[in-house]
Amino acid sequence: MLQKVVRSTVIDAPIDRVWAVLRDFNSHDQWHDVVAESRIEGGEAPTQVGCIRSFSLKDGNRIREQLLTLSDTDYRSTYCIVEATVPLQRYVATVTLKPVTDGNRTFWHWESTFATPPGMERELRQMVAEGVYEAGFENLRRHLGRRGDAGGGARGVAAPRGAPIASREIRLRRYGGPEQLEVGAGEAAPPRPGEVRIQQRAIGVNYFDIYLRRGWIPALLPVSESRPGVLGMEAAGTVVDVGEGVGTVLPGDRVAYLGPLPGAYRTVRTVPADWVVRLPAAVEDETAAAMLLKGLTADVLLRDLGRVGPGTRLLVHAAAGGVGLLLCAGARRLGATVFGTVSTESKARVAREHGCQHVIVTANYRFADAVQREAGGADVIVDGLGDAARDENFAALARRGHWISLGQASGALQPISPDWLVQKSATFSRPVVFDYVSTPAQLAERAQRVLDALARGPLPPVERYALDAAAQAHARLESRGSVGALVLLA
Amino acid sequence: MVRVYVSTIIDAAAENVWARVRDFNALPQWHPGIADSRIENSDPSDRIGCIRHFHTRDGGMIRERLLALSDYDYSCTYSILESPMGVDNYVATLKLTPVTDGARTFAEWSAEFDCAEGRERELTEHIGGGVFQGGFDALKRHFGRR
Repeated sequence: MLQKVVRSTVIDAPIDRVWAVLRDFNSHDQWHDVVAESRIEGGEAPTQVGCIRSFSLKDGNRIREQLLTLSDTDYRSTYCIVEATVPLQRYVATVTLKPVTDGNRTFWHWESTFATPPGMERELRQMVAEGVYEAGFENLRRHLGRRGDAGGGARGVAAPRGAPIASREIRLRRYGGPEQLEVGAGEAAPPRPGEVRIQQRAIGVNYFDIYLRRGWIPALLPVSESRPGVLGMEAAGTVVDVGEGVGTVLPGDRVAYLGPLPGAYRTVRTVPADWVVRLPAAVEDETAAAMLLKGLTADVLLRDLGRVGPGTRLLVHAAAGGVGLLLCAGARRLGATVFGTVSTESKARVAREHGCQHVIVTANYRFADAVQREAGGADVIVDGLGDAARDENFAALARRGHWISLGQASGALQPISPDWLVQKSATFSRPVVFDYVSTPAQLAERAQRVLDALARGPLPPVERYALDAAAQAHARLESRGSVGALVLLA
Repeated sequence: MVRVYVSTIIDAAAENVWARVRDFNALPQWHPGIADSRIENSDPSDRIGCIRHFHTRDGGMIRERLLALSDYDYSCTYSILESPMGVDNYVATLKLTPVTDGARTFAEWSAEFDCAEGRERELTEHIGGGVFQGGFDALKRHFGRR
């Protein structure tokens, strides 16, 4: 006779947060005590219907289960056992979540049917009901309650709900050099509806921050003596508290964010929940803060703008920088031929290690001859150099090539005329990355791809500075002496 | 099509909550917004197709037809035939599910309907926040008192 087991409970967390754990068919070894190890066979994604997970249980048993249904609209997952060292036969189980609207909690229903060898019905029903389902309820509660520990750092500061939290910040009162950055005392406001407050541990430094500091984009960062501005587009840390209506993260979650408004150079910050992504255990705060925006930038450049694929001839400037190394590695994975420019031999070595096949060491923007000689020109150029390399970039471009102006370290580009571009039937673009992640769904999709890539490695090198030493970090980045990415540690 | 969904946890076993809400003619006994109720044609209140004819406390008259009743699923589905609310194609379901972890009940009340453009929000708040949540709050009070 077919056995049936039903167990249900109420979890004191919003449904999207609970579903984020349960929809991952490969997550049980992170939260369920009976599972020692979980992996998806054949390298498939855990969201692939039909994929098989292989469990090693702590008691030595092994179970292989296949995903039959995954529904993000119904919050439902159905799976069956295909092979097991325990005598559960024809086992099919369904996990269903429903929102408890009265209190923003989650109803979790877990049921299964199965057959057993004669005489083992009672024993196996009890094992499934108590050992797997009821224990799972408790384990997930504990998992959601202790997330802050996973990063191995300090827990978020406790604050009375609704009160501001003191925050140290790096202020800019006048545009100019790194010396304009000064340490000050501020505070992070309590989160309003749709916002989260984050105790930051690492803050990414981007070349974009330098443009803002120099006053090149005053509309984005107005500063004055009485109202100083704060730089920084991305950071990672732990959620302190969340505003009303936030269902995707809980206090204690490790998160990273990037946003179109600067203000990340501080210890505690309140930001829209739409900017925030949760971090997998395999990606550390420093890595996420250093790489999220750079990774998204590389993703946009390779996939959307460069359409880089097998045989694409790609030229990357500042190939040993944060974005540069991610571009080299990503383009090589896609089968491209990668050219890169760097300023020193030691940077050339790092660029080669990350997949750059043709490294050009040049201190005076001479590279077009080498690219033309080796490959007949570049199909795609990612240009952060700006005006000093304007003619050289055009000379390096292949016919029908695409020149992507990402930055202008040497100064703003003189206008590019259509008549000039037509000589090579060329395309010129000047993208803003935030336009490619302007909805939470776009951000989530791209961020997931970037975080997966970061978890796989290889990681570009990261130089670390204390938050208070932001000026030194800027000087280092501008000196062109740094390799890889820079982070500030709060 | 507008959809309203409200759910709650009631601190009583599902069979006890079901005993209180199962009777299609019993709204005045448990819902504070309903003044009186009768079943048309003297049908039994658990015969599928029967029509309840009731008044809200503010005097509105509503007629609803029982479309489905399940003592196995603890669920009841009905449609509105006549009401002052200005809704069309209104179908609602009240469903209970036991929470095995403690003798509690997960209660869901949902409805789908059409209405004049611009009235969606007002009707969602009235039906979801007023009628459904109001009924749940009364059930929670009732079972919390014992």
